[in-house]
Amino acid sequence: MGAAARRWLLIAIPYLWLLIFFLVPFFLVFKISFSQTNIAIPPYLPVFEWTDGFAVWMEKLRQLSLDNYLWLTEDPLYFNAYLSSLKIAFVSTALALAIGYPLAYGMARAPAHWRPLLVMLVILPFWTSFLIRVYAWIGILRREGLLNQFLQWLGVIDQPLTIINTDIAVYIGIVYSYLPFMVLPLYAALERMDESLIEAAQDLGCTRLAAFWKITFPLSLPGIVAGCMLVFIPAVGEFVIPDLLGGSDTLMIGRTLWVEFFSNRDWPVASAVATLLLLILVVPIVIFQYYQARTREAETR
Amino acid sequence: MNRHWSGFNIVSVVVGFAFLYIPILLLIIYSFNESRLVTVWAGFSTRWYGEMLRNQALLDAAWVTLRVALVSATAATLLGTLAAVVLVRVTRFRGRLLFSGMVFAPLVMPEVITGLSLLLLFIAMNLDRTIFTVMLAHTTFSMCFVAVVVQSRLVTFDRSLEEAAQDLGCTPLKAFLTVTLPVIAPAVIAGWMLAFTLSLDDLVIASFTSGSGATTLPMRIYSQVRLGVTPEINAVCTVLIALVTTAVIIASVINKRSMVQRERAEQLARAG
Repeated sequence: MGAAARRWLLIAIPYLWLLIFFLVPFFLVFKISFSQTNIAIPPYLPVFEWTDGFAVWMEKLRQLSLDNYLWLTEDPLYFNAYLSSLKIAFVSTALALAIGYPLAYGMARAPAHWRPLLVMLVILPFWTSFLIRVYAWIGILRREGLLNQFLQWLGVIDQPLTIINTDIAVYIGIVYSYLPFMVLPLYAALERMDESLIEAAQDLGCTRLAAFWKITFPLSLPGIVAGCMLVFIPAVGEFVIPDLLGGSDTLMIGRTLWVEFFSNRDWPVASAVATLLLLILVVPIVIFQYYQARTREAETR
Repeated sequence: MNRHWSGFNIVSVVVGFAFLYIPILLLIIYSFNESRLVTVWAGFSTRWYGEMLRNQALLDAAWVTLRVALVSATAATLLGTLAAVVLVRVTRFRGRLLFSGMVFAPLVMPEVITGLSLLLLFIAMNLDRTIFTVMLAHTTFSMCFVAVVVQSRLVTFDRSLEEAAQDLGCTPLKAFLTVTLPVIAPAVIAGWMLAFTLSLDDLVIASFTSGSGATTLPMRIYSQVRLGVTPEINAVCTVLIALVTTAVIIASVINKRSMVQRERAEQLARAG
């Protein structure tokens, strides 16, 4: 086997796998979002067959329509679900940044021999099941749960707070589950930073706060962008957290898609919901990719 | 470097870690609760671990999950390592941008989209939904995580070592296997473990792609949680946490030891 053939084979194996199992499925989602619901297996029409021949295909192509998208615009439920997903993801990302930044900053300034252990402690919850970590909060946030017991024991509140089945519980769940994704890129950016820059700024008369805003913050910006994208993008489509911690009025698009698919068995509408969700996420995904590529270039150099 | 670890830094680290760990600790503590009520402490007991072992549906689901995780993690490690080699070594080929996009996009893709799209693919391919389709689905999304982990190790690898082996008569494949692979092995192992735990954890993609008779453990836990919180689930979760934590600690010790050995070998080489 020649060098060129070997090279081709090396590229082809992972390339074809991702093409077939990652990219092609998106086109299927896109195609089925224009189909009609049908009570059959599979539950949509038309079904394209390889054996159909060109004329039948053209006929079937004509049956595709924008009905599902019109349906999404007519029922305010979907619009509200998209809006509320974006809002919940945005607020959670901001909260995760507010908690994650001081944590990452503290880790980066910790004594050098402690840092690997601290990084390990941030990664460890990420290895434990997502579902388990969300489940753990149910016992804490319930009306008769541990948080309410604790607050009543402290005497802070008389009546138990209703946190579970509200948006607040969803915020807590998302921040908790995605915090490691926020902390790790922030830590990587802050740890690399040259401390003497801050000292120089302070020598030149900056206060510590001014030095932070003028030097530390801009230098950690790539970490902030990466961390925020890693939290925001999956949070928009989150299903488990709003389903287990949120209330029946907590609208999130991932949950809407799940209900369309599993409860209503309306695959075409579920596909239309997924297509629109993907369109909304294209911009943040491209930003994320851009920063990933830039960091990679910096590493290779 | 004169880094000053201020009181504010210490407090934010302590508060951050308390937030990360207290919920898990409470979950573990209450798995040993005698009472059926999860949040009322009624004395120490291992009774729920016994209940768990008598729950046949749960054990069946655990067995399905274990098989899926072993197969998909192994396949994902092979494919992901190949993808990492392509990303780092083959810097110029047509469609490279699309390729790196396909490697990095699944990392952030909402699971509901991945799950739905894979299901539609399996329907189009006339594949019955079984344990096999779950394995395919898990291989696909976890290979991208493996690729990222291996890639970050591969970029720091000194390529001249491999070229030297080839000058001495190794084929490129043999040079890769005998020179490069041992050096990047910790990253490959870490990638395998990551793929294994991702598969172990996944609820959403498995729900879309699995059929009857292939209920995974997260799917079983999810349906029980929806019915109500029971100490038995706390017990299952505690067992899973213990397994994963042990594996991660062993892996990081191995990783550290191999790093120490390498440093020592390098020092010896320099001295000699």
